[in-house]
Amino acid sequence: MATAALVTASTVLDLAEPLPLDCGQRLEGVRIAYETYGALNDSRSNAVLICHATTGDQHVASPHPITGKPGWWDRMVGPGKPIDTDRFFVVCPNVLGSCMGTSGPSSIHPDGQPWGMRFPVITIRDMVRAHLALLDALGIDRLHAVVGGSMGGMQALSLAANWPERADRVMAIAATGEMPAQNIAFQEVGRQAVMADPNWQQGAYYGTGKAPDAGLSVARMAAHITYLSEATLSEKFGRRLQDREAKSFGFDADFQVESYLRYQGESFTGRFDANSYLYITRAMSYFDLAEECGGRLADAFKDCKARFCLVSFDTDWLYPTAESRKLAHALNAAGAPVSFVELAAPFGHDSFLLDVPELDRVIAGFLSP
Amino acid sequence: MSALRPDLAIIAANVAPGARVLDVGCGDGDLLAVLRDERGCDARGMEIDSASVANCVSRGLSVIQGDADSDLAIYPDQAFDYAILSQTLQTTHRPDRVLEELLRIGGKAFVSFPNFGHWRVRLSLLWNGRMPVTRLLPVAWYETPNIHHVTVSDFRDLVADRGITVEQEWFLSGDKHCSAAMAAFRAEHAVFLISRR
Repeated sequence: MATAALVTASTVLDLAEPLPLDCGQRLEGVRIAYETYGALNDSRSNAVLICHATTGDQHVASPHPITGKPGWWDRMVGPGKPIDTDRFFVVCPNVLGSCMGTSGPSSIHPDGQPWGMRFPVITIRDMVRAHLALLDALGIDRLHAVVGGSMGGMQALSLAANWPERADRVMAIAATGEMPAQNIAFQEVGRQAVMADPNWQQGAYYGTGKAPDAGLSVARMAAHITYLSEATLSEKFGRRLQDREAKSFGFDADFQVESYLRYQGESFTGRFDANSYLYITRAMSYFDLAEECGGRLADAFKDCKARFCLVSFDTDWLYPTAESRKLAHALNAAGAPVSFVELAAPFGHDSFLLDVPELDRVIAGFLSP
Repeated sequence: MSALRPDLAIIAANVAPGARVLDVGCGDGDLLAVLRDERGCDARGMEIDSASVANCVSRGLSVIQGDADSDLAIYPDQAFDYAILSQTLQTTHRPDRVLEELLRIGGKAFVSFPNFGHWRVRLSLLWNGRMPVTRLLPVAWYETPNIHHVTVSDFRDLVADRGITVEQEWFLSGDKHCSAAMAAFRAEHAVFLISRR
């Protein structure tokens, strides 16, 4: 992606006040791109904030402006769907640091040039600060629920822990209270792939006609493997060859799985900014809810009145059930009403985005009165 | 409450309104729903089967997937007024430890179980020499989840050994109550309210 900012049809909000960040800086001129679905009721009590995952966006239930594909949670959000837009006013912002309209490294700095690596390093809590600034502007004091999967789940938990009065229900799917070391490791591989690409140019590639697409593609390939399960890969591809009868005895994509990963990597570069990938994965690596709230995970939730629902998937090895169980334990110790379920699904971490009917029932039930 | 299983109906009727309750092995949450909706309780659950937990969550109940043998440890001391263990004691690996945990996290505990000392069971073993298959023990020995069959007398011995007080007891034959005096033979099902008073 060589252009500075991606075109998006979403609504945007320009914050009048600078946004304070965990790193100590105050970010001026923050823009937040978001989508809404459904209508806010008179008592402003039916808002549901949906937080997207690492490389997701605000197009939760509307076609992606670049790929034309349906929204990433189109099956979950809409009239009569589990997150029912006939009942709820759904707000889905693009996270701070991203590249779909919200301020990030590809946005334009006040000096007229893209921020690039001058953009401050952000955290999950900073992303939530931006979400709350948006909710303030929309006149929403209190959410009916905040819902998120993966990194979105971290945002939901951070919101509940740091601003306990802002949400009545908190749902974190395939998420964790702290980034496990293995995930930090995988993300470092991805960042190193980007930064090792000569086209990265210390992040100042905007307008040069050369972007670190090869590095970003490798980062995506590595990450994509972590989102799937061994069973999914075996079932979908096995050791089958791609468009050929015999091995090439070379380094082409002989195997279907290789071809699939290359496609995933390449198509990712068309819709995502490499610097945003660096910033967002850094924010996730830094995520440690206990640390945000004074050292003990249970203390993070001591002021919460919200109901919690945690969901994990039995084939998710990136954010395994043990992580959700740790959270459930902490919430119990804090006396919070918490539900926790490990759902059976074959798709690994990505199960939260795919067809798992049990998840639909759990979400609909948790959000219902 | 008539829709509830008889032992659950007894428990529901004897939980103080507004109490904090943990139902261990809550299944699809029938008792939790009644406690919440009709008794105004802060009712939570634990259940091992994920489909049942999903059912509970879809009913708006707060239920954690977990195993009574290992996961009761995650609850703080005296977090609940009552802990409930209905038809689950006989499926646990260490019923004695589970009882201790129930009374650690709850002020009182309701424990209900099928009485293996019921006369039909005794006759079946005596006459046929076979593990019985009855209404409350409907599954053959090799596939039953019940791994520690217990009788009313065994249970009384266990709680007496552990210094646990029996506060109240109910015995059921079908959906009819039967007397404590005849319970060892006649009760198909027993419900105990215990405490460490």
